[in-house]
Amino acid sequence: MPTARRSRRDWGERTLAWAFLTPSLVVFALFIGYPLGRTFYLSAHANDLFGAPSRYVGLRHYTDLLGSAEFHQTLVTTALFVLLTVVPGVVGALALVLLLESRIHGVRAFRSAFALPFAFSVASASVVFSVLYNPASGVLNGLLSQLGVAPVGWLTDQRYALLSVGAATIWMTLGYNVLVLSAGVGSIPQEITEAARLDGASGLRLARSVTVPLLGPHLFFLVVVSTINALQSFGQIHILTKGGPDGATRTLVYSVYEKAFAYGSSDFGTASAQAVVLLVVVLACAGVQFGVLERKVHYA
Amino acid sequence: MSRIAVYLLLAFAVVTVGFPVYYAFAGALMGPSELASYPPALLPHSVTGRNFAGAVHAIPLGRQYLNSAITATVITVAQLLTSILAAYAFVFLPLRARAAVFAVFLATLMVPWEAVIIPNYLTISGWGLGNTYFGLVLPFLASGFGTFMLRQSFRQFPAELRDAARIDGAGHWRFLWRVLVPLSKPSLAAIAVYVFLSAWNQYFWPLIITRTAQMQTLQIGMESLRDAEVADPGLVLAGVVLTLLPTLALVVLGQRFIVRGLTAGAVR
Repeated sequence: MPTARRSRRDWGERTLAWAFLTPSLVVFALFIGYPLGRTFYLSAHANDLFGAPSRYVGLRHYTDLLGSAEFHQTLVTTALFVLLTVVPGVVGALALVLLLESRIHGVRAFRSAFALPFAFSVASASVVFSVLYNPASGVLNGLLSQLGVAPVGWLTDQRYALLSVGAATIWMTLGYNVLVLSAGVGSIPQEITEAARLDGASGLRLARSVTVPLLGPHLFFLVVVSTINALQSFGQIHILTKGGPDGATRTLVYSVYEKAFAYGSSDFGTASAQAVVLLVVVLACAGVQFGVLERKVHYA
Repeated sequence: MSRIAVYLLLAFAVVTVGFPVYYAFAGALMGPSELASYPPALLPHSVTGRNFAGAVHAIPLGRQYLNSAITATVITVAQLLTSILAAYAFVFLPLRARAAVFAVFLATLMVPWEAVIIPNYLTISGWGLGNTYFGLVLPFLASGFGTFMLRQSFRQFPAELRDAARIDGAGHWRFLWRVLVPLSKPSLAAIAVYVFLSAWNQYFWPLIITRTAQMQTLQIGMESLRDAEVADPGLVLAGVVLTLLPTLALVVLGQRFIVRGLTAGAVR
């Protein structure tokens, strides 16, 4: 009875498949699926001082956010922070990678140097920058005053705080960006660049007409990933400015933290509504990535 | 562009990027008077180890090292195990709803963790696991990323080897642990390095789920070093250096694995 035996074996294998998938599925259900639903639930409920949901309020948290000047500022700050970190971060890494491509000595050493920040966690990098930015004893102001420039309140001045946190963030992500783009350059077929060189292209011309266009998909990937990472930045803001001064560095994620956990606050309703906004923005970015990749996978 | 200009630009970039790294180490070796000196001291004149001793004294650094190590190790081992099993099911076992289940795994990659952190905090606290090792690791015992990476690697496993193992009488379990896993070591190492680094460097979750210095991980403890000793940057930098050493070693020794793991999602 070969078919009976086969189907029994089949049945055993199907069971085994589910048994193998179960541990992962249980973790996902408990810590991603269920909380996702609960975030929506909390965002539609008012809560008492301890954060326990009290009554259904529908979309009120969302409409409150729409009308809140503070939340508008949060959104603007978030957008600025993304722009400030992603554009210079990607462009800077691209410039470095292109410089490394121009047939120089010591490429490996340079590349390792640029990968160094990668060893730093967000927390340790932020703590180092907080020492550098220190208005009184920090090296930055020390060097500035040598040049006769008045000390700058890097993290305490409304005008500079977001820029300073952004600069620290660019520093943290540079190593990763260089790695991704180096891998991209490595994947460009040698014949293409050699052919271009034989045709007399070099330096900027080679970069503009050959390398950068062929890096397109990698640059696109990097922009999307950097955007999503910037949207989720938390540690550097918490360590450097705590969202201040006066909300100047309060991004969406930081606002979620403030409402839900900071200063004994347990406003889980408002915080959850903001978390939903974050979710939508990040999913939109991921969606853009998938949509574009689906259409433009073939290159080179 | 002339060659000299290229070198100058690169040198400038190296100095800019390298300075915070350099200063973390140099400052950790300077005494308080040097750190506060004007013009700012860039080289430690009289090297001192006092900051390190001070940092160890100021916070339970040893305990927090242990906390970070336990947390990161448990998360890494668990994610490897759950991902190996799940990836095996996707590649080598019959499954009717394969596409749908795989879509679930992919979907978990897109959800930003910050969007579910409040309910997870409530869940873990509700189970009475706040401020415990269980609380630190439970949400991270499985990973769509690890499963995805391993599935890619398993799919490239040569069919002849698999058939040979089957002819030798190896069932799924034996084939998995005796043949497949040993031969997939490079992929497993890449995932392990990546997962360990991310777990070691976690910030948001350990910040809210731990309450006492005894349960804090290094990433959180380091900051209290700064808050406790506002006037002593040397101590803070020493704490950073001590926190940094394991990851620095991992990044230097495991660089090729990291490159593989990190660029895995990139377009090829």
